[in-house]
This record gives sequence, C-alpha cells and structure tokens, in this order.
Amino acid sequence: MADGVKPRVKVPKSASAGEAITIKTLISHPMESGQRKDADGNRIPSSIIHRFTCDFNGENVIDVDLLPAISTNPYFEFEATVPASGEFKFTWHDDDGSVYEDSKSITVG
Amino acid sequence: MNKFKALLIGACTAGLLPAAGVAGPDDDKLMVNDELDLATEVAAPAHLDGALGSTIYSGWRFRTDETQALQLDDFDNPAMLTVDAALDAFNTPDGSEGKSCASCHTGGPEEFAGLSASMPKVIDGKLVVMEDLINSHRQEVMGAEPLKWSGQEMQGMVALIGLQSRGMPVNVAIDGEAAPFWEQGKEMYYTRYGQLELSCANCHEDNWGNMIRADHLSQGQINGFPTYRLKQAQLISRHNRFRGCIRDTRAETFAEGSDEFRALELYVASRGNGLSVETPAVRQ
Repeated sequence: MADGVKPRVKVPKSASAGEAITIKTLISHPMESGQRKDADGNRIPSSIIHRFTCDFNGENVIDVDLLPAISTNPYFEFEATVPASGEFKFTWHDDDGSVYEDSKSITVG
Repeated sequence: MNKFKALLIGACTAGLLPAAGVAGPDDDKLMVNDELDLATEVAAPAHLDGALGSTIYSGWRFRTDETQALQLDDFDNPAMLTVDAALDAFNTPDGSEGKSCASCHTGGPEEFAGLSASMPKVIDGKLVVMEDLINSHRQEVMGAEPLKWSGQEMQGMVALIGLQSRGMPVNVAIDGEAAPFWEQGKEMYYTRYGQLELSCANCHEDNWGNMIRADHLSQGQINGFPTYRLKQAQLISRHNRFRGCIRDTRAETFAEGSDEFRALELYVASRGNGLSVETPAVRQ
C-alpha cells in the first residue's frame, strides 16, 4: 500500500429533490508512473489509482479509468442530481489491489 | 467574482474604473468557505508614513481569478494537504522523550489562536520566529531532531499554527525591545542588493501594481505565509521567499533562519499590520 493515502470528499449536507449538486473528491496518492528510477538506477514500480467510482444508493454515478501520467493527488469534481435522500459511496482502486472507500450521506428535503 | 465586477461596473462611472490591463489590485472579495471574511485591504499602518499610500493590500488581490479561487475553499486549497499531514505529526510522538506536540499542548493546535498574528516577537532579548519556537520545543522538550527550515514538515506545522489565527489582524510589536530589530529590518528593506542593485522597496514600494515582465507586483505582504506557490507546488517559507527575491537581484543571499532574515521578517510583517492572517494562502 502506498504511503499517506487519504481520501477526501466534499458533498453538500442537504439539497432539494432533483437538484444538481457539485461533488469534489481528492485522494492524496503519489501516482508513481513506473517511468522513474531511484538513486541506484532501479526502476520504481508503477503504483497509481487506476479506477475511481461513485455510486448513489447502489446506482452508478460515475466510473473513471485513470492511466499513467496523471498527477499526484488526483482530484475529481462532477455534478450529480439527487432524487432522494441517500448515501454517496466513493471507491478508489489502487494498482496494488488496495481499495480506498469513503461515503457521504445527503438529505433531500 | 465576475458577478462582483459586473456590479461594480454598474455602480461606478467609467472614469473611476482602472483601464483594462493596467496596474493595481482588483476588486474581488476574499471569503473563505463562504463564511470567513478576510480583510484584504485596510488603512496603512502609521509607521509607513504613506510609503504605500493610504491603503495596504493583500497579495491575493494581485493574482488572477483562477489562482484566487483556490483560496476560497479549503477543499480546493492545495496547502491543506500539507496542513493535514502536520496535524497528524502534531499528535505523533517523536524524539527521545516519547512526547508529541499534543502531550503538552493538550488543547490541540487551537491553543495557538492569535499567536501567528503577533509573530515575530522578542523573547528573552532574542527575536524569534515561529520556526524557532517549533524547533526549540522539539529539541528541548521532545528530544527530537530539529526540522529543516523550509521543509514541508516544518512549513506544514507553521501553516497549521498560522491557520488558527486566520482572519485575525496582523499585529506585530515594533516598539520597546523589538525596536532595534525592526530598525535593522527596515534598513535591509531599503538597501540595494546584488548586481542589479535592487532593494525590496524598488519593486514592492515604488512599483507595486505594475508588471515586472509577466508578474503582477504586489506590495510584498507576508500575511498569507507559509504560502502554497503553484510554481513550486509546495508550501514556501517567508525566508525562502526573501532568499528568492535577493537571489534574483544577483546577490549572495542571507541564509534561511539567519538573524538578518528574522529582522527583515519582523519589518515586512509590520508593513502588513491590520491585514487578516490568510495562512495558508495560494499564490502563482
């Protein structure tokens, strides 16, 4: 597991039904490309977040494939419409098999 | 921000507006997280004697809308990643005594509300800056290695402590014991250094608001330091920025953590007395 990985998500606490809300996500992650060498000339193995998903009450909102040459700490900002109260679930999939998760609930009223 | 400009255009006569592309701070308002209103423009402190005119401005007002936006929301502020790491370090024991910062400062970083607004200050006859306080406590109380001055661990900690004062007006003492240090800093501020023979004042007092090649010159206020500089993609210490400026005059610079830079930090901080602490700010 890469060091210092910490997911962060910002979702409004409440919204009106059908409103498009802005969701911001950021995961601190080194996103090692696999192209670099260490001081001894050995290749540093690739370690990136290769997939990011967001689901709302089990329904997929966004599903992103990430490729090498994306900067450290990948940041996503997107909009979602919320039909009812529920929970946003976010997952980040690491090359090394780790899956990082975060969730945020929102009240529609 | 564009909304604000539109309002302003509606309210002002054309003659009062600065022409496009010309100098001067913009008219944007700095409201962080939609709740914390920061003063980016206040009456100049008396000791300046009108050197910057009647008003002093935060460097935020000289940046582009895109750069300014990064400071409006802590989620977008890239400095907060380093501040987060510093908060973890605050609670992690280090050194031979097995203590963390939190072992003594049980109230958490919130204990330091207001401290950064009054730094640097004279303690026991010596001018000290925040980095000195952190390292002396690490060495004497925790038995830990001192942190490197401009390293991210150190500047993250300086920013974490500075964050507790965000929104409070800068208010450093320049009289009494601080007076001789302040005079030394002032002397440096007006001394021309390097092959280009430039003093701090040549740019930040005589030409603030003008363009120096592609850069919009600010008044050189340090109320937002440690600052996340996009070009370096990390938190930058006050002394690192002093060193950078003096280096650009093609001079041999003073060292980070030198007494000269401590004195200069006191003087430059005093030029911003009254502005809100913005730590950690985001700049170009």
